[in-house]
Amino acid sequence: MNILVCISNVPDTTSKINFTDSDSKFDKNGVQFIINPNDEFGLTKAVWMKDSNKASVTVLTVGDSSADTILRKCLAIGADKAIRIDCEAKDAYSVAKEIVAHCESIKYDIIICGRESIDYNGGLVPGLIAGCLDYNFITNCVSLEIESGKAKCAREISGGTEFSECDLPLVIGAQKGLVEESDLIIPNMRGIMMARQKPLDVIKAQNINSRANDKKFFKPKEKGEVKLVKPDELDKLIDLLENEAKVI
Amino acid sequence: MSVLVYSESENGKLKKSSFETASYGKALSQELGSKLICVSFNCSDIELLNKYGADKIVNVESSNLKDFTAKTYSHVLSQVIEKENISVVILSSSADAKYLGAYLAGITDSSYISNVVALPESLNPFIVRRSCFTNKAFSTTEINGNLKIISISSNSYEINENNGDGVIENIDYNEVSSTFKVSNVEKQSAKVTIADADIVVSAGRGLKGPEHWHMIEELAEVLGAATACSKPVSDMGWRPHSEHVGQTGKPVASNLYIAIGISGAIQHLAGINSSKVKVVINSDPEAPFFKAADYGVVGDAFDIIPELINKLKARK
Ligand SMILES: Cc1cc2nc3c(=O)[nH]c(=O)nc-3n(C[C@H](O)[C@H](O)[C@H](O)COP(=O)(O)OP(=O)(O)OC[C@H]3O[C@@H](n4cnc5c(N)ncnc54)[C@H](O)[C@@H]3O)c2cc1C
Ligand SMILES: Nc1ncnc2c1ncn2[C@@H]1O[C@H](COP(=O)(O)O)[C@@H](O)[C@H]1O
Repeated sequence: MNILVCISNVPDTTSKINFTDSDSKFDKNGVQFIINPNDEFGLTKAVWMKDSNKASVTVLTVGDSSADTILRKCLAIGADKAIRIDCEAKDAYSVAKEIVAHCESIKYDIIICGRESIDYNGGLVPGLIAGCLDYNFITNCVSLEIESGKAKCAREISGGTEFSECDLPLVIGAQKGLVEESDLIIPNMRGIMMARQKPLDVIKAQNINSRANDKKFFKPKEKGEVKLVKPDELDKLIDLLENEAKVI
Repeated sequence: MSVLVYSESENGKLKKSSFETASYGKALSQELGSKLICVSFNCSDIELLNKYGADKIVNVESSNLKDFTAKTYSHVLSQVIEKENISVVILSSSADAKYLGAYLAGITDSSYISNVVALPESLNPFIVRRSCFTNKAFSTTEINGNLKIISISSNSYEINENNGDGVIENIDYNEVSSTFKVSNVEKQSAKVTIADADIVVSAGRGLKGPEHWHMIEELAEVLGAATACSKPVSDMGWRPHSEHVGQTGKPVASNLYIAIGISGAIQHLAGINSSKVKVVINSDPEAPFFKAADYGVVGDAFDIIPELINKLKARK
């Protein structure tokens, strides 16, 4: 079984968000990049499936050479092979189309994406891939088992869980629950050494035009001072919520 | 060139988000000088959409479409899009709607943008405002393509009544075959979900253990609120994953967010930033959450919460 895990390279969650070029670009200065947390849950699951389903695991990112560090990390975590489609990731549409073009030349049984990336939070790429390839698609995926060529999945829905079955090929949007936080694999020395021997192929991009272009970024207004209420004056709090904020 | 709104329903009844999307769709269709067409699946109260200005209501009824699936629903919508000459599709930001939107964009080769927070700033070029970096920032984004799909953040657009006299139409469509089958759905009935809630009561590690959550649940019940928690609380298994809010969990865009025993780490704040009013209850006056709060109480949650419950009950 062939599994592709799509990896997005995102600013560390503690990063200060700033913009440059008259607020038209995200300022990468001093920002640490990490594997998008949802993708890491998906990657861990894929690595488990190497044993349980004799899968081979390829990780792929659409990006420039600055993404190589996290691809090496994915190899150290346990992926067999890494691919980078060499271009600047501009928008979800062009990224998805690049991935689709690759998946038309090499067939994967399962394409694992994250539910959403924590930078632009679009949650667009996995559905676009599935729609373009006409594959089955399950996002917010919290369980995935493959038995005799069929997938059994679970998806978090509003207020509950939906269990489903479908044929492969399949695209999923992974999230916490597919594996737990404590299951995440921290690369050890052996993994890091082995990663150096594994292939990291850089392939040419199709250079697809983007459909969404960010013109300008701005930050939310600063908050005013907090209004403090004493613990023995809770009536006042209720009054403020009822009559000033008008939310209860 | 018309505007299409996907009107979501649950158990055959329209959801509140459907009135938000219809109101947004109406305003947009008026700016574009076009018609508003609402599409709903297996829904018994679609005539309500008239109150929000629908010019046409398309009713899709089929036992094969009983369960929502992104693929089969998208294929039906894409046929309506073609037949009605649609230029913009409006969706809510529910998990299902976002699921559908991306797939629909794939099969129609169109542009999709999510987390939109206001009406377009310009129609030509088409420029919308959306939140990004988990609400740590906003951007104005230009989108191109003949068909545009946008999903709007919950509670970002006000529900407006608008007299419509939309005719209800059933449509003919071809069903796509799919190997995808829903085998079972487990739902906690009667519980308000974070996505739909006007008020969210959330608690963190300050609560010390899962056995203390009864007071959080009681407070939520008195307020008609959903319950939520910080990440470590769900990681430790005190509460289910579905309650984890923040940058790596669920976003919260409620009218009121009450945070109890939560320190206010940057990743937590990122996910709840777009809630309108925030109340923080924490024993540490230096807790970073107070900087992001509208109202605060410095004190012990174990004293404050039971008292607050009593006072709220007495007020009713
Ligand atoms: C990659 C990454 C992603 C993350 N994503 C998220 C996310 O999405 N959501 C999230 O929540 N976190 C996230 N975190 C974790 C985040 O950094 C914090 O660790 C977490 O939010 C802290 O949870 P907490 O406030 O419940 O616990 P603590 O930080 O331990 O805070 C407990 C608070 O309770 C108060 N307290 C103690 N006793 C009482 C009492 N009796 N009465 C009142 N108050 C009391 C304390 O003063 C303290 O402020 C992420 C971290 C990383 C590294
Ligand atoms: N540049 C990229 N390269 C590879 N995969 C990506 C890229 N951007 C997004 N993805 C995948 O798509 C998922 C959702 O991303 P997004 O649509 O940006 O929220 C991510 O979790 C990744 O799995």
